[in-house]
Amino acid sequence: MAKQVVQLDRVIIRFAGDSGDGMQLTGDRFTSETALMGNDLATLPDFPAEIRAPAGTLPGVSAFQLHFADHDIMTPGDSPNVLVAMNPAALKANLPELPRGSDLIVNTDEFTKRNLARVGYDENPLETGALDAYRVHAIPLTSMTVEALKNVDVTRKDAERAKNMFALGLLCWLYHRPTEGTIAFLKKKFASKPELLRANTIAFEAGWSFGETTEDFSVSYEIKPAPVRPGRYRNISGNLAMAYGLLAASWRSSLPLFLGSYPITPASDILHELSKHKRFGVRTFQAEDEIAGVGAALGAAFGGHLGVTTTSGPGLALKAETVGLAVSLELPLVICDIQRGGPSTGLPTKTEQSDLLQALYGRNGEAPVPVLAPRSPSDCFNAAVEAVRIAITYRTPVIVLSDGYLANGSEPWRLPDLDELPPIDPAFSTAVNHVAADGTEEFWPYLRDPQTLARAWAAPGTAGLEHRIGGLEKQDGSGDISYDPANHDLMVRTRQAKVDRITASIPPLEVDDPDGDADILVLGWGSTYGPIGAAVRRCRDAGLHVAQAHFRHLNPLPVNTEQVLKGYRKVLLPEMNLGQLALLLRGRFLVDVVSYTQVRGLPFKVAELASVIHEAATDE
Amino acid sequence: MNSPAPGFGLIDPLAGIPTVDEPLTAKDFKTDQEVRWCPGCGDYAVLAAVQSFLPELNIRRENIVFVSGIGCSSRFPYYMNTYGMHSIHGRAPAIATGLAISRPDLSVWVVTGDGDALSIGGNHLIHALRRNVNLKVLLFNNRIYGLTKGQYSPTSEQGKVTKSTPLGSLDVPFNPVSLALGAEASFVARTIDSDRKHLTGVLRAAAHHRGTALVEIYQNCNIFNDGAFELLKSPDTKDDAVIRLEDGEPIRFGTEGQHGVARMPDGTLRVVDAAEYGTKRLIVHDAQAPNPEVAFALSRLADPSTLRTTAIGVYRDVRRATYDDLLHEQIASAVDDQGIGDRPVLEDLIAGKDTWTVEA
Ligand SMILES: Cc1ncc(C[n+]2csc(CCOP(=O)(O)OP(=O)(O)O)c2C)c(N)n1
Ligand code: SF4
Ligand SMILES: [Mg+2]
Repeated sequence: MAKQVVQLDRVIIRFAGDSGDGMQLTGDRFTSETALMGNDLATLPDFPAEIRAPAGTLPGVSAFQLHFADHDIMTPGDSPNVLVAMNPAALKANLPELPRGSDLIVNTDEFTKRNLARVGYDENPLETGALDAYRVHAIPLTSMTVEALKNVDVTRKDAERAKNMFALGLLCWLYHRPTEGTIAFLKKKFASKPELLRANTIAFEAGWSFGETTEDFSVSYEIKPAPVRPGRYRNISGNLAMAYGLLAASWRSSLPLFLGSYPITPASDILHELSKHKRFGVRTFQAEDEIAGVGAALGAAFGGHLGVTTTSGPGLALKAETVGLAVSLELPLVICDIQRGGPSTGLPTKTEQSDLLQALYGRNGEAPVPVLAPRSPSDCFNAAVEAVRIAITYRTPVIVLSDGYLANGSEPWRLPDLDELPPIDPAFSTAVNHVAADGTEEFWPYLRDPQTLARAWAAPGTAGLEHRIGGLEKQDGSGDISYDPANHDLMVRTRQAKVDRITASIPPLEVDDPDGDADILVLGWGSTYGPIGAAVRRCRDAGLHVAQAHFRHLNPLPVNTEQVLKGYRKVLLPEMNLGQLALLLRGRFLVDVVSYTQVRGLPFKVAELASVIHEAATDE
Repeated sequence: MNSPAPGFGLIDPLAGIPTVDEPLTAKDFKTDQEVRWCPGCGDYAVLAAVQSFLPELNIRRENIVFVSGIGCSSRFPYYMNTYGMHSIHGRAPAIATGLAISRPDLSVWVVTGDGDALSIGGNHLIHALRRNVNLKVLLFNNRIYGLTKGQYSPTSEQGKVTKSTPLGSLDVPFNPVSLALGAEASFVARTIDSDRKHLTGVLRAAAHHRGTALVEIYQNCNIFNDGAFELLKSPDTKDDAVIRLEDGEPIRFGTEGQHGVARMPDGTLRVVDAAEYGTKRLIVHDAQAPNPEVAFALSRLADPSTLRTTAIGVYRDVRRATYDDLLHEQIASAVDDQGIGDRPVLEDLIAGKDTWTVEA
């Protein structure tokens, strides 16, 4: 008998298991199939910092959450409708977030006395009725996988390891996902290990057939594609989008890309990715530390190339002195900080927005640096291009603040038209630009463009423009060393004015207020865009009038910032730090910004934000 | 232009750097900036030597870059009419590495001090040496922090009394040559500011070495550490205190060449009486020896405190593929294998393998 098919508008699945269970891979595969179906989606990988935390323990649980829908969604979802728990630890760690009535798929093979005791279960929750509030699908995933592979020549251990593919097959059946992509993926992954390829393929297909035949699942689900702008799409994570943005900006500016970097979670993937693209003339340099990474990038910039460095919070701290040098040298440099929980080593694999003040002010002296932040995984592409545009146009270091959530999360992305990228013109000096009192023609490296205040940039190899620059204060114009008090005052103010002038090339802060009569404004910056947007939407559905505005540029701020802030009775600013942007806006504009903060290493939950907005909007 | 160099089997060490049409002179390398070292500082002599030797390389002035850190010596680039960067304390090797990797058409020189290179910047120095990036590093060793007015440095002798060590310094000094050899350096030399001919010879050898060349220059700071190298400079003592390394020659020194260096039965090197020990049994200097052991042993002959029996000259000069040449080979072969990364390739890359199209 054909099974019933139910239409759903959205689903949130969480795959959870041991670090060694391959949950990230399972999630990635399911995401790829879902993207190809044309659903809108958002993902949240959440894994421990340890490569293999002790098996079966709570700290060792690795999870991957995917939200997909037939409409436009903004977050990976607050809590799952479906939890796949590969062991008792995964169940225990995730059950508190599972709403009653949700589907719960458990791998019963792992629910042994020993494993249960390990995470503090005295009794098996599958047998005590403790899970009666859920639709439990108790399936011996491991033994069914091993049984399916009995004719394949692999070790018992390898057979057991294929259980994630069995689970993936089952879920693909349950949600009508195509299977070709995964089969092709396995072929590539196990190209040199034919038996493992067979094992994983058979396990995947066995999971699918199990769904088809078992009585446990009486229905399967269909989620229609989301209506989106016509175009060609792919799914993309933040770090990949950042790498591609840098490549695109290199192409756009015709400057070869140089990446100097030192490995650090969650930034390393950008280094890995760009290392693959030598054919574009990309030079990647794994330095001895973060200081050398940024130093080498600055050296490349001095050589007239596009110098970039990628890091996370602790690395940004180490780079501070060199970024200050770049401010003084007035050379283009892009610093991508993929923020993580701090202070110190903090939470390497978790997200936070707590480097904002470090990025803005974490240097000696008055050292203004433009700072900008992407708002979603795919937006990392645009942010990277914009950072390069500013760096090159204004001869300045620029800091991009992404974070762990954007870096590893993914979403569908409408492929960009490279012709629509902003022009990026290095405008190198090729001739002398100054005549001395005695009539000799010379090159003044600190002669400025009157509009942008950008200085003249001559790359070595240009005859007749030989010059020396350094971190000592320079005479305006000539660039010679100067200790003159009035000149220093002028140079400090000029460097600040140059950054301020970037305002002329960035769009004003856009306010989204569909009814036009909101008296509360919800502000945000960076990766909180999704949760804030979803929460605002929810409040509007409930009849509230709420305006939303989101900063891309943190320095300089858009020209209308003050005007926007002063146009509302209340301004609410959720941040994943202790109120860093709120502090800044209060100080700059004397506006009583209400800060709502959380530093749990995870993105905001929509329901929570919605209730905070609700409260703020309705209290008098 | 000299022909571009492959990573191995180099013929021209200056390959890739544009050459001059008209010969340059020392004067071409002088700037209009007033030189601000203390009168009598050893840095003047090094500056003059570099300015007068560079023209013989026949490379274009605009293709030469001097990058320095912070310290008295690091003011050097301001006085060189080439491209230059006076950077931050200790980081010049890192900055120069990025520059050299990006621009194989440049001759990149690092100027650094004993504090700059061996204290705050020690990490960058050893990694530059191990990578063998095409850089020439001039390490001005005055065994003191000059610019900060006279604290002891990582090359100061133990027990050094300075402002920060009124009862004498406690730490054992680095021997920069030993350090460089331990860091896999392909070229290591030592010379002295006051010996113009020797200094120029060593600079020439360094310039003709493709890869990282470390040149330690003993430099007198007449303000805070005057006479630090007097034993090696004074006509009364120098012949017996300095071992001049000549490639392919037996190692002999002393006013009458009465001392020599020989290998002992236990494998160590010792200073011996040449006549008594037998001149045939002295070791012959071989800067190209693949194994750095003998060079290292030679560097250990110097007394860490007094510098008595210090060897000067080129300790090591071996051919090894440079990081930048190898990287450019990787780029070239990526282009050969996959084709050049132009716009359509970029668009394909960005699109990836799994795309879907939404129709209007
Ligand atoms: C980050 C940082 N720390 C400390 C200093 C102060 N400082 C400037 S030069 C110097 C030591 C220089 O000694 P050396 O490298 O031997 O150069 P010299 O002046 O002797 O030529 C120090 C400690 C600095 N400029 N920057
Ligand atoms: S303090 Fe010493 S090293 Fe510095 S300039 Fe004066 S003499 Fe030279
Ligand atoms: Mg010194």
